[in-house]
Amino acid sequence: MTGVEPRISDHEVEQIVGRLLQLGVLLAAFVTLVGGIMVLVHHGATPAAYSVFQGEPAQLRSLTGIIRGAFRGDARSIVQLGLLLLIATPVARVAFTLVAFALQRDRMYVLITTIVLGLLLYGLLFGGA
Amino acid sequence: MTVLTLALLVACGSFAAGLLGALTGLGGGIVVVPMLTLFFHVDIRYAIGASLVSVIATSSGAAAAYVREGYTNVRVGILLEVATTVGALFGAALAGVTPTSILAILFGVVLMFTAYRSLLPRPEHEILTTPDRWSEHFRLDSTYPTAEGKQAYSVQHVPAGFSIMLVAGTLSALLGIGSGIVKVLAMDQTMRLPFKVSTTTSNFMIGVTAAASAGVYLHRGYIDPAIAFPVMLGVLAGAMLGARILSRAQTRWLRQLFTGVVVVMAVQMLYKGVRGLP
Repeated sequence: MTGVEPRISDHEVEQIVGRLLQLGVLLAAFVTLVGGIMVLVHHGATPAAYSVFQGEPAQLRSLTGIIRGAFRGDARSIVQLGLLLLIATPVARVAFTLVAFALQRDRMYVLITTIVLGLLLYGLLFGGA
Repeated sequence: MTVLTLALLVACGSFAAGLLGALTGLGGGIVVVPMLTLFFHVDIRYAIGASLVSVIATSSGAAAAYVREGYTNVRVGILLEVATTVGALFGAALAGVTPTSILAILFGVVLMFTAYRSLLPRPEHEILTTPDRWSEHFRLDSTYPTAEGKQAYSVQHVPAGFSIMLVAGTLSALLGIGSGIVKVLAMDQTMRLPFKVSTTTSNFMIGVTAAASAGVYLHRGYIDPAIAFPVMLGVLAGAMLGARILSRAQTRWLRQLFTGVVVVMAVQMLYKGVRGLP
């Protein structure tokens, strides 16, 4: 029986993590670029008012609002979706590392990685509230 | 100024920041917030949100290359990320109740510290292989590639390194920076990892740390699309170009130039902060 033999080596994990990060950044940059150009086309001529903090409207702050807006073709929501994909990239990396440690039957690091993933999801899904 | 003009100028400035940050190894994130607040009069909260997003982009982009070279210590990274993410969530909570003038002063202090550290010579310490209780418990000891083949190293002072990472995470969230300087300090000086392992593992952790607080800031409305997109794309493009021409560039005078910029920004941030005090 090969119960103790790791199914995935550290080296393989590193290769996949590297690819995952690259893909996430490229995809996020592409979506952000498309949305950014649309923002400039639609809102480019409006005066910039960022010296006083007002906060973003609710639909650009919640995950569901952003996704809904992006599918409607709203320029600002598409930028937010790209930024959201970017924020999700390290989260996906941690999730993948968790799977890899589980395949290696490394209990201690499964626990440690679960804590990190939990903290990240807490911030991303609930805004740390 | 219109949204279009601002976006184009911010994109150019961010490109320069990303390029210099990659060439000097100091990271571009540290100058994005001062640039936005001092030159473009953007509120520091929008600036922090945009900067954090750019930090995730450059660190994930660079980490992709480093991880595959075999320098990064993934176990050290994950273990210390517990500390940096806790620190980041704490820092994000703290940012909500901290006056912006205090944030500006703290930023000035961190910029000064960065300039000071970047001018210090960087002596390579010897690689230790003495066993450490904590390091053995968490199985942190590893090897890294050198010209003479794989070199084994052991990790020292894990609890102290973990504590410094709590501070690094808090600073990252409060100021919208990667705080790579503090992370490298903890790993290189305290935990005695080889320098190349410290820098790559630090870079690996920066994205995760920044993602923790960026998620919070997104919900809090700090991330504005029209500010964040030129910053993110500009810094990313600059950093990618920087990584490509790094081997051919004269980094010594670039480092001095960048340090000069950091000092000027530090003074201005301190002035801005003190003037804003009630």
